[in-house]
Amino acid sequence: MRYVDEFRDPDKARALVQDIGRLVLRIPTARRRPLQVMEVCGGHTHTIFRYGIQQMLPDALEYVHGPGCPVCVLPMGRVDDCVALAERPEVIFTTFGDAIRVPGSRKSLLKAKAEGADIRMVYSPLDALALARKNPEREVIFFGLGFETTMPSTAMTLIQARAQGARNFSLFCNHITIIPTMKAILDTPDLRLDGFVGPGHVSMVIGTRCYAFIARDFGKPITVAGFEPLDLLQATWMVLKQLAEGRCEVENQYGRVVSADGNKRALAAIAAVFEPREHFEWRGLGSIDHSGVRIRAEYAAFDAERKFGVPNVRVTDPKSCQCGEVLKGIIKPHQCRVFGTACTPETPLGALMVSSEGACAAYYSYGRRAPAEQVPV
Amino acid sequence: MCLGIPGRIVAIIDAADAMAMVEVGGVRRPVNVSFILDDRPVEACIGEWVLVHVGFAMTKIDEAEAIRTLELLQELGELQAELEGMQPETDVAPGS
Repeated sequence: MRYVDEFRDPDKARALVQDIGRLVLRIPTARRRPLQVMEVCGGHTHTIFRYGIQQMLPDALEYVHGPGCPVCVLPMGRVDDCVALAERPEVIFTTFGDAIRVPGSRKSLLKAKAEGADIRMVYSPLDALALARKNPEREVIFFGLGFETTMPSTAMTLIQARAQGARNFSLFCNHITIIPTMKAILDTPDLRLDGFVGPGHVSMVIGTRCYAFIARDFGKPITVAGFEPLDLLQATWMVLKQLAEGRCEVENQYGRVVSADGNKRALAAIAAVFEPREHFEWRGLGSIDHSGVRIRAEYAAFDAERKFGVPNVRVTDPKSCQCGEVLKGIIKPHQCRVFGTACTPETPLGALMVSSEGACAAYYSYGRRAPAEQVPV
Repeated sequence: MCLGIPGRIVAIIDAADAMAMVEVGGVRRPVNVSFILDDRPVEACIGEWVLVHVGFAMTKIDEAEAIRTLELLQELGELQAELEGMQPETDVAPGS
């Protein structure tokens, strides 16, 4: 496939891996401890595991898998709210496939579906709106979640719903934003991260300028990356080159898709429909100020929270679960006390085991631990 | 969640709703193109490569940038080959 196959060339990957090895030797920190580069986006986590990228790289370089998997950071209480909405007899509850297996405190959407709730997986929010047109006697709710990549699509769907005068369509909004999240990570005491591989498709929407504070205020390099193995390797190489040369800047490896300013039309759609929430609760990370958005008053008629009075359940994560420590890079997935025993992809306890983009599910599916830890040196 | 896939716009389905047909890996599906129009008529986007995410074309793929990225990788590969050519036949570990 065009724009995909070229970025999987194994010869070019080998050259990058070798030069990464050389760069690591030039970075003084790497002599004391492994360099830690956080890939913020769950899509990158998936690429790293699918292609075994960590195993190709020197032991003195570690990826820390960041919080960028929206399914993984969704608190249990919000899943319970989804189930409560979906179990209303008049409701057709629509969701992306990723979210359907996330455990709530009582059950997942999948279990609710098995028990008779009308829950349907859709590919696009537009499919949910079409479903509302086809079923005028039912209430169709779309479960909106995701970072800025997905937000313009739900925003545009609400804009269309309003233009069409739809009365039986609403959005359960759980969208979150990347910048407050990265600030929260950077503000973590004892942060050891040396740099970031920035999210590719979020940046396609928001641009790269908004990351300037990471270099300026926190002195960390960041390179926005695409999702093919060569993209990720090249972006890692660029972060290391910055470290080796003592620079910290915002760089863009994914120029074919990402610009400095982002997509203005997509940003305009987001701004028309959504406004920041004061706080949003994250699974494992707690409450992060201004990290979530809600639907503006102009679109209140399409807000499932206003329309149906969502129970707003708050549930603490299971005590045995260490998702939060994994998300902050304090422990590795397999160091969690329930990893692979009580918590597996078939019966996930923690959210990081649910989605294929979750760090724990990736560890479980692709070999459990890094070679450096298998073979004590 | 944030995955996107490159596809090529092959036809317009509904100009008023900005819906186009996109071919993605040999499969055709309707996609909303309103985010990539930039005040152009809908027909202008036929033939363009776009990145598709949850039923929306999110950006035009910049071919010149794609080529530039690949060229940088190519150069690095060549440099690598040159460096390898300069290595002695057998490495002698220091102090051994």
